Amino acid sequence: MLVTSVSTARLPAAFAPMTDPASTAQPAAAALWDTEFLTELRRDMTRFAELQLRDRASAEDAVQEALADAMAGARQFAGRSAVKTWVLSILRHKIIDQIRSRTRTINISSLAGDTDDGADDFDALFTASGHWRAEDIPRAWADPEASLSQQQFWAVFDVCLHDLPDNTARVFMMREHLGFDTPEICQTLGISSNNCWVILHRARMQLRLCLEKRWFGADVGSRKEVR
Amino acid sequence: MLSCKEVTRLLSDAEERPLELRERVALRLHLLICHGCTNFRRQLIFLRRSARRYFGRDEGGTP
Repeated sequence: MLVTSVSTARLPAAFAPMTDPASTAQPAAAALWDTEFLTELRRDMTRFAELQLRDRASAEDAVQEALADAMAGARQFAGRSAVKTWVLSILRHKIIDQIRSRTRTINISSLAGDTDDGADDFDALFTASGHWRAEDIPRAWADPEASLSQQQFWAVFDVCLHDLPDNTARVFMMREHLGFDTPEICQTLGISSNNCWVILHRARMQLRLCLEKRWFGADVGSRKEVR
Repeated sequence: MLSCKEVTRLLSDAEERPLELRERVALRLHLLICHGCTNFRRQLIFLRRSARRYFGRDEGGTP
């Protein structure tokens, strides 16, 4: 649910955590008063917003607005991770708002450059007749399931996401993280379905290649041992 | 017959839209005889799982 901004009159008169011995649930503001928790949360939120918006200033705006809404909210939570989940969902809406308002000013031709059908970097992986080149043919990855529980894998995944070109990343994030379906992405960004699919295809090709190179490739055996 | 290049695009599109019957048949035939594309398909599935886990973990804590 979208949390609407609340006037400052609703902020607690006493800027201090409220304690209710009768229950363990507390308003979000109580958890957010913990400086350490807030610092870490803000850092995670900024990183998260930056990944979507690709622009530090917009990311910080979104984080600031989300925290302001969260502080003013009166919902009760039984634990910090519940607060975090909720605050991040507010942030997600702020990010969506930013994307929507920003695309009204986006120069469509800058997106068009990214959707050039046929001018695909990944053409180099295939022969003229469209078969995989021998050196690029996908090889089976050794135990991908095990990677999901390795910290190092996620660090690599993070790098691969950041390596995506901005326009590609934006569409991929909208699809895979914000959960937009294709028509919504097309409408928001003003591109055709086919353009959208081309971009998603590129994103997947690049991510797959990145993971193969940086994680599943033959020379990363030693890295896999780190837990 | 589909080329591998066309197959990689089709496998990605399969996550976005329902494939037509002829596309599904052609895809299946290709995958039967092409281990490269079969691996690619598995890797796309893994990629989707990882992306979902990655974003899911962002909500609950750093991965």
